[in-house]
Amino acid sequence: MRRFAPRAVLLGLAAPVGALVFAVLVCAVVLAATGHSLFDTIDAMVTAAQRPRTFVNSLNSATQYYLAAIAVAIGFRMKLFNIGVDGQYRLAAMLSAALAGATWMEGLPSVLRITMTIVAAMLVGAAWAGVAALLKVTRGISEVISTIMLNAIATYLVSYLLNPARLAEERPGSNNIGTRPITEGGQVGGIPVSGSSSDLFGLVFLAAAVGFAYWFVLSRTRFGFELKATGLSESAAVASGISVKKMVLLSMLLSGAVAGLVGLPQLLGSSHEYSLDFPPGIGFIGIAVALLGRNHPIGMALAAVLWGLLDNSANALDLAGVPREIVGIMQGVIVLSVVIAYELVRRYRVRTEQREVGKALGSTRDPAADGPKDDNREEASA
Amino acid sequence: MTAGLSVRAGSTPPARGKRKLPALAWVGAIAAVLLVLSAVRVFAGATDLTSSGTVQAALTAAVPLAMAALAGMWAERAGVINIGLEGMMVLGTFGAGFAGYQWGPWAGVVFGLLLGAIGGLLHAVATVTFGVDHIISGVAINLLAPGLALFLSKLYFSDAPGGGQKQSPRIDDAQKITIPGLSDVLGAVEDKRWFFVSDVAGMLRGLVTQVSLLTVLAALLIAGSVWLLWHTPFGLRLRSCGEAPVAAESLGVNVYKYKYLAVTASGAFAGLGGAFLAVSSGQFRDGQTSGRGFIGLAAMIFGNWRPGGLAAGASLFGYTDAMALRGSAAVHALLLLLGIALVVVAVLQLRSGHHVLSSVAGFLGVLFGFWYFSSDAVPAELVGAAPYVVTLLVLGLASQRLRPPKFIGAPYLRGQGK
Repeated sequence: MRRFAPRAVLLGLAAPVGALVFAVLVCAVVLAATGHSLFDTIDAMVTAAQRPRTFVNSLNSATQYYLAAIAVAIGFRMKLFNIGVDGQYRLAAMLSAALAGATWMEGLPSVLRITMTIVAAMLVGAAWAGVAALLKVTRGISEVISTIMLNAIATYLVSYLLNPARLAEERPGSNNIGTRPITEGGQVGGIPVSGSSSDLFGLVFLAAAVGFAYWFVLSRTRFGFELKATGLSESAAVASGISVKKMVLLSMLLSGAVAGLVGLPQLLGSSHEYSLDFPPGIGFIGIAVALLGRNHPIGMALAAVLWGLLDNSANALDLAGVPREIVGIMQGVIVLSVVIAYELVRRYRVRTEQREVGKALGSTRDPAADGPKDDNREEASA
Repeated sequence: MTAGLSVRAGSTPPARGKRKLPALAWVGAIAAVLLVLSAVRVFAGATDLTSSGTVQAALTAAVPLAMAALAGMWAERAGVINIGLEGMMVLGTFGAGFAGYQWGPWAGVVFGLLLGAIGGLLHAVATVTFGVDHIISGVAINLLAPGLALFLSKLYFSDAPGGGQKQSPRIDDAQKITIPGLSDVLGAVEDKRWFFVSDVAGMLRGLVTQVSLLTVLAALLIAGSVWLLWHTPFGLRLRSCGEAPVAAESLGVNVYKYKYLAVTASGAFAGLGGAFLAVSSGQFRDGQTSGRGFIGLAAMIFGNWRPGGLAAGASLFGYTDAMALRGSAAVHALLLLLGIALVVVAVLQLRSGHHVLSSVAGFLGVLFGFWYFSSDAVPAELVGAAPYVVTLLVLGLASQRLRPPKFIGAPYLRGQGK
């Protein structure tokens, strides 16, 4: 195979880079049309991104985006759309925060406490995704629809549980409510970075481990092979004895379990409680990051860091007099243009392949095309 | 990319044709529903269940949902899934806020429609021309639209009188109409609290009192869609693109053109829904749609991809929405209604031989009934989840009656049938 041919690599990079350039262009037009300076905007963002604190915060955000992206990607590799990562992580973060903060947990050794929290979050995430999987396997309901519904139900369920009468307690002096704070033994310490007032999340290693496991399972195990095969061709998978229903159930559960982890770096690393201001919407960012990184473990990591940088350097824009929402526009344009770019590259690839195959076949079919004449013709058509 | 993985459930194909109910049966069914409603109203003492005020509030809540559902139907009938409804609605709310406070509510409606149509056009370019997966394009639009709306709102509303960074100045509401004599007579009957008669009078009164012209417009648009999609050659061609585009192409239908039209119209309807939301609540606010695009999608599925059905679905979801605003007794009574509905589903499924489904439905029905009798109130936080739970129940328990367009979500390239 010529998988590592320079042209293939170039084509692979063309889509994301092209999309980025296009997004910057669109933003430049928007900024110009609304009377802001593109140069000032970029300057403000780049200056902000170079500050150690912004950089650490970006990596912290990226940790969560990366986990969300992997949860989404597990489904994507099988052509399953787990739109429900958002609801899964919020429900999982809320319930595991309640568990980790519970008084009876305080007597347990730290390692056990953290492990229990992580396992609980994975179980909740998997269970919530499992509802969608079950509906798909038994009743043939599209997981897109059911996970959209489950996202909304999760929102109401979390607001129901996050009530002083149930799993939460009030914060005196503010109108925020949250679960009981996790005490020292249940927290995961951060990694201090010089020059930055905030620490790097300790669970960044968990994200890296999940990324490695994702790569390993998909490319080195039979399960991963079956998962990819089902995604590439359902009929071929069935013909080779793969039970599609079993694969749907398993991959959805796995995706949900990883989704359950999304909130943990923040929960155990900095906020130590699930409260009203816990960041929402990371599930949808995960979809964007998985698309941008093409479901590849390293691609998604780069995309997650990019997303984190964009998000965290946006804060500096308000000081420069530019509405920070320009970053939201840029992110949306990146996603839309990157999927279009990938499609264009795919079409281009198919066309060149067809041309090459056509050329090869044409020369064997034509008896007069033997010998040196063949080369001439190839040159003429190239 | 192709559409998502399809898992065929082992259910029998729907028996089509034999279930054509005569008009009289429909009247009977509606009467039965009203009878159950009145019975529950009397039994639970929840006057708000059938009061004219509830119906008015339900109507106001249902209109944006119905428009979103109609938007979904237009796109999906042409074979394009539109998850981006939510984003297009957001664009609509901004458009309505922007034009509404400067030039009046109807300018707002027009602007909302236009911005929504632009969102639809974007979705059409991505899905039809470039063959991007419909779900992905929709998700991208949902990411893009709120950012854009917030950016523009900061830009245009921050310095406007009465506006803020995340909200527009006030928009005047559209005109409201009341049918004078009828409304008063019905009101008199409603106040008597007679079983059934007063309930019907109350609900009718809600439909003829202080009805916004926007609501009338929405009803006309739904009726117009029925005519256009099911009674004209244009509609037949559009729907053929969602059922069998290759066959349509072989008969000379320009599939791309129809898909573009349908998806742009879809965006326009969604934008209209957003505009209605902004105008009827008096201003544009950030996050105003709060998932209504998705409820619209749910209403469309509930309504089996048909205008009448989606109107019923939107009314039902609007009704629960209104109920949530109107006190806990009525909400509590909803539990009993849901239980009764599930038992009815169980009986229907039993009659058509689906024993497992029937027992699941029956079990859930009994569970809701038990919840009703063992509690005094439903937590307010859970009421909002009702539309989503109902949709999941409908999908799970009655999905053999649902039939989406056949070619939905699949990529289509011109000439692929050759």
